[in-house]
Amino acid sequence: MSNIGSYDNRLHGFSWKIAEQELGYIPGDTINIGWYCSDRICQLGKADKTALIWEGHDENSTRTYSFNDIRILSNTIGAFLRNLGIHDGDRVCLFMDKIPELYIGLLGILKIGAVVQPLFSAFGDESLFVRLENAGTRAIITTRQHAPKIQKILATLPDLQYIILVDDNGTKALKAKEIAFSLDRAIPVEHLEVFPTKAESHSLLHYTSGTTGQPKGVKHVHYSLISQYLTAKWALDLQEDDLYWCTADPGWVTGTSYGIIGPWSLGITQCVKDAGFSAETWYRFIEKHKISMWYSAPTAIRSLMKAGDDLVKRFDLSSLRHLASVGEPLNAEAVLWSEKVIGKPFHDTYWQTETGSIMISNFPGMKIKPGSMGKVFPGLTAALLDPDTFEIITEVNKPGLIAFQFDWPARLRTYWKNEETFLKKFRNGWYLTGDRSTIDQDGYFWFIGRDDDVINTAGHLVSPFEVESALLEHEAVAESAVVAKPDEVNMEVVKAFITLKPGFVASDELELEIMNFIRKKLSPLAMPQEIEYMDTLPKTRSGKIMRRVLHAKEWGEETGDLSTLEND
Amino acid sequence: MPDSNEMKKTILQYVINEYAEEDSDLTYDTPLISGGLVDSFSMVSLKRFLELKYKISIPDERATPEAFDNVTKIANLVLEFL
Repeated sequence: MSNIGSYDNRLHGFSWKIAEQELGYIPGDTINIGWYCSDRICQLGKADKTALIWEGHDENSTRTYSFNDIRILSNTIGAFLRNLGIHDGDRVCLFMDKIPELYIGLLGILKIGAVVQPLFSAFGDESLFVRLENAGTRAIITTRQHAPKIQKILATLPDLQYIILVDDNGTKALKAKEIAFSLDRAIPVEHLEVFPTKAESHSLLHYTSGTTGQPKGVKHVHYSLISQYLTAKWALDLQEDDLYWCTADPGWVTGTSYGIIGPWSLGITQCVKDAGFSAETWYRFIEKHKISMWYSAPTAIRSLMKAGDDLVKRFDLSSLRHLASVGEPLNAEAVLWSEKVIGKPFHDTYWQTETGSIMISNFPGMKIKPGSMGKVFPGLTAALLDPDTFEIITEVNKPGLIAFQFDWPARLRTYWKNEETFLKKFRNGWYLTGDRSTIDQDGYFWFIGRDDDVINTAGHLVSPFEVESALLEHEAVAESAVVAKPDEVNMEVVKAFITLKPGFVASDELELEIMNFIRKKLSPLAMPQEIEYMDTLPKTRSGKIMRRVLHAKEWGEETGDLSTLEND
Repeated sequence: MPDSNEMKKTILQYVINEYAEEDSDLTYDTPLISGGLVDSFSMVSLKRFLELKYKISIPDERATPEAFDNVTKIANLVLEFL
C-alpha cells in the first residue's frame, strides 16, 4: 500500500498542514532542518536505526551511521564551525565528493543557523570563483584533492576565511587559510544548542545556470522541509523499512532535497555509493544492500540500457520496490525498458532548483503514461500559459509555458543579490518555470522543451553564456556561440562554434586544447563535446549572434525568420 | 608500432596532467572512471587525445567506462585499433 493511497482522494481538502502536523511543527515555532533530520528522529525512538550506509570505490570500505551517530557528528561539525566564529546567516560551502562528511556536514551547518552552499566537486576554479564570490562565502569544507582549486582563487575571495580540510592526515603543511578537521578524531559533541531558525530563515543557497548572465544563487529557507518531507513520502513513497538510494550528488538540489533532507526527515535509511558510474557497480550495490527505493536520472538509466540487458540478469534486483527519475524528461523507451528488464518502471518526477521539491510526478499506484511527467502534486496549482499573452491555456494538448501559483513551502524566496531577475519569473501572478509542455485530457503533463537557450546535459543546466565567456578567454578564440547538440545518452551536450583570431589555425589539436581549457575552467559538463570552426558566426545586423540558427542546424529544424540576419 | 610500456607511460602522464591534482600517485592500474577521477564527460576529451596521438579511431561503442577504467586497459584498447 503506497503512502499516498489514492491520488484523487488526496486532491480534496489538501493542506500542507498534513506535513506540519506529522512533523510536530506549529507555525511560528522554531524549525531547523538539521534538527529535524537527526535529533527529532532520535526522539522518536529511532536513535539506533541506520541512517547512512556509505560505500566508497572499494566495496570493502563500507561505513554505517545510525541516526544517533549523525546527530552527534553533526553537532560536532556544528560546534567546530561555531568555535571558528561562523554564525547564523554565514554561507558555508560544501565542496567534496560524496563522502560522509558531506551529508553530515550539511546538517551541522544548518544546526548553527548558517547557510549551506553545496557545490559540485567537479567544478573548475572559474566556476568555483563565480559562485563563492557571489555568495560571499565565509568557509568552505573540502578535501585535499579539491583544495588546490580553492587556493588558486583565494586571493580574489576576501570573504573566505577558512578552508576546512576533512581528510588532512598531517603529512603536508597546511596552506593559507587551511585548517584541519577530522570527524573521526574530533571529540564528539553530545549536546549542541541548535540555533532557533524560523520558517523563513535562510537554509540553503544552490546555484543554477540561466541563458544569460552568471549563475544565480537560489535562496531556500527552513520551511522548505514541509514540502520535501511530504513529497519524499508521497511521490517517492519512502517507507519505514526502505533502503533508499538517491544517486544524485548533493552538489545539486536533488542530492540535498532528496539525498538528505527528505529521507532523513522521514527517518529513512539511505545508501550512498561514492564512485564513478559503472553499470555493473551499480547493480552490485543494489543487490548487496538490498536497495528497495531507487531515485536516479535519465542519463544514468540510458547508460544502464546501453550496458545491455544480459548484465542485469547477473544480479538479484528483486529488493527494488519503487523506482523514480529526475533531472530531464524520462523517455518512454526507458520506462518500458525498466519495467521489462528490471521488473519495475521508473516514475518520472519534475521539479527544479528553484522549486526545491517535486512539483509534477508519476505517483505510485497511478497509471504511468511512458514519456509523461505525470500529474501535479496535490495542493499545487499549475497551468500552461500562452507564451505571447501569458493567459491560461485551456485547450487540451496545446503547448504552453508551465507555471505555478507561487505558494508551496519549498519555493525559492529570491535569487541571491539578484531580486530583479527573480521578479522577472512572474507574469500575471504566475511563477514561470521556463519549461514548455502540453497537458492531455487526463491531466498528464508532456514535456516539450526549455523556453530559453539553457542546455540540459545529463540533467544539469549549463549556461551557454558562461561557456561562451570562458571560450573568449582562450587566446585563440575570437568569437564563440554555444548551443545544445542532441545526444543519445545525455539528451543534450554542449557544442561550440568559434572563429579564430589571426595567427591561429584550425586543427583537431587546438579543438582538444580548447575542450580541456573549458573542462578545467568550468566543469566537465560545460566542456564542448564538439567544437566547429567557422569563418564567421551568424549575426543580426546589430551584431548579435543568432544562436537559434546554429541550434536549428544541430537539431535539423527550420531556422525561422532570417530577415534580420546580417548579409555576408 | 609504439611500445606498450611507452604508451602506458604517455597515457598516464596525460591523465595526471589533465585530470589529477599535483603530486598525485596514480599508477597504470588506478581506477580512473570507477574511482571517480575521470567522469563520462571527461572521457570524451581523453578519447579524443588517444585518437589524435595514435592516429586511430575508437568506435563509440568500444569507448565504455570499463574499457577506460585504467591506463593498462586504455593502452590495450589503443593497441587493438593501431
